[in-house]
Amino acid sequence: MIPRISHSVLRQTRAQLRSKNGPTPVASLSALARLLSSLAVLEQKDGKLNHSSLGAVTAALKLGGSITGFVAGGNIKAVAEEAAKVKGLEKIIAVDNAAYDKGLPENYAPLLAENIKKGGFTHVIAGHTAFGKGLLPRVAALLDVQQISDITAIEDEKTFVRPIYAGNAIATVESSDEIKVITIRGTAFPAAEAEGGSASIEDGVDPKAACPTEWVSEDLAKSDRPDLATAGKVVSGGRGLKSKEEFDRIMLPLADALGAAVGASRAAVDSGYADNSLQVGQTGKVVAPQLYLCAGISGAIQHLAGMKDSKVIAAINKDADAPIFQVADVGLVGDLFEKVPELTEKLKQ
Amino acid sequence: MSGLRILVPVKRVIDYAVKPRVNKAQTAVETAGVKHSMNPFDELSIEESVRIRERKSHPQGVADIIAFTAGPPKSADILRTAMAMGADRSIHVETKDGEEIEPLGIAKLLKAVVEKEKIDLVVLGKQSIDDDSGQTGQMLAGLLGWSQATQASKVSFEGDKGVIVDGEVDGGVQKVKGTLPMIITTDLRLNEPRYASLPNIMKAKKKKIEKITAADLGVDVRSRLKTLKVTEPAPRQGGGKVADVDGMISKLKELGAL
Repeated sequence: MIPRISHSVLRQTRAQLRSKNGPTPVASLSALARLLSSLAVLEQKDGKLNHSSLGAVTAALKLGGSITGFVAGGNIKAVAEEAAKVKGLEKIIAVDNAAYDKGLPENYAPLLAENIKKGGFTHVIAGHTAFGKGLLPRVAALLDVQQISDITAIEDEKTFVRPIYAGNAIATVESSDEIKVITIRGTAFPAAEAEGGSASIEDGVDPKAACPTEWVSEDLAKSDRPDLATAGKVVSGGRGLKSKEEFDRIMLPLADALGAAVGASRAAVDSGYADNSLQVGQTGKVVAPQLYLCAGISGAIQHLAGMKDSKVIAAINKDADAPIFQVADVGLVGDLFEKVPELTEKLKQ
Repeated sequence: MSGLRILVPVKRVIDYAVKPRVNKAQTAVETAGVKHSMNPFDELSIEESVRIRERKSHPQGVADIIAFTAGPPKSADILRTAMAMGADRSIHVETKDGEEIEPLGIAKLLKAVVEKEKIDLVVLGKQSIDDDSGQTGQMLAGLLGWSQATQASKVSFEGDKGVIVDGEVDGGVQKVKGTLPMIITTDLRLNEPRYASLPNIMKAKKKKIEKITAADLGVDVRSRLKTLKVTEPAPRQGGGKVADVDGMISKLKELGAL
């Protein structure tokens, strides 16, 4: 109960601060924090809220201040209602227009920019996903703001931590922009609770910007396995698998035995052993599961960039000097064509 | 339209194979004496632009391919590389050593160049492998109000104006149709960049690099972000090796991963 009470007190204080005319007396830092107002950009697809985008709410909760969720698309009501239940959100801005269904940045960015200006938000947060990566820089440019990409921590309302150089260095940066436009690394900000909230729903402004780009089609890799970016366990294969047939024969049963998602190194993807969307690394997905089990991956820096925050790393590789063993909690030197099937069998028991 | 005018922004970065080290003062990554190269994604942009010309992908052909960089004097090296790969000429906004212009500033510089050079297509890398922001292309598209297709793995043209781009998205591939003028950012799958041949490297020495400043373009490139510190990531302790599969399973159980 205590958090709820303090929350409502906070809300009242903020309302009082806002209603004052003239210059607001410069109060303590905590009073300033109450003036924070974040917009969490939530993703939806085919009328369903994408729960992994709720990491933006988690990040906003860390900042403090009020949090508004933003959704747009055709027949958005159901998504807005779903979003309204997310814990921590005070308000949902919904824009009902099928033109935004595919999340094309050409019209979505002006839409967001208008709603940000109207709502007077101090922070705009989205996931560092394909959607967020395509959209937020465009929004930032429209607002004349330098965006801060892929943050992993928040120090205060203007200071953020982000990995650079494929995660080989960690930069702490301070923004002097009035509006902070931020994308967050999903593995650093887990999704907010989808239940327990009761936000109000409000219609947003719709500038109906023209979109010079047309969505044609998509081809998504279908899989019953957990989603790579959010899976608790990931098994990943590299060049050592030698062919697509072997990749499928060796890695997929292991994934099934563990209930894990399947990932791959760039070498495996480039050689056609696995789909592009499975690539883990600086230029692919960043994952941080409980268990990252890889076979036939040497551990190049570009690959480590995508998985070295995993809780436990296990590696099977025939080269005892492979760099992957420098980060692996459990390393097994051996032929993956023997060891992985043996591991799969023993895990099934 | 009389032939596409393509702009290809490139960036000089620490070579992708080098493990970067943070300097003692924890203000930045050590760059002195470290091997630098063209950002790998930018090589793909040059390659794609040259292929559009060679394969006559666009009905009007390609009139001009301009490589652009904003960086210290040494960045001229990568402009030479770009021209050896097939770019016709270059524009260099020279910065002081150690000064780095943020993506918003770069996007504004590019906008000015696009307008000055009457560019139809800008092909950028999806991110630079030093700063890893992945913003410049989208920002430029926003400033210009143009179509954007990010993380392209395939580009083809349809008529004079249509550009069909397959782009990598989470979970697969998305196909969009943009309209020229437009912005494309490249993904690793797009192509395999060529090596510049010696004769082409020699020819590139005769190609022109135009040096200008941000002020010439009337652009304010002051930084909005202040880097307070740069640190090494928390080191990870390799946990040593096990003898067999049973050892692996028991160790994973011990660590609570199974």
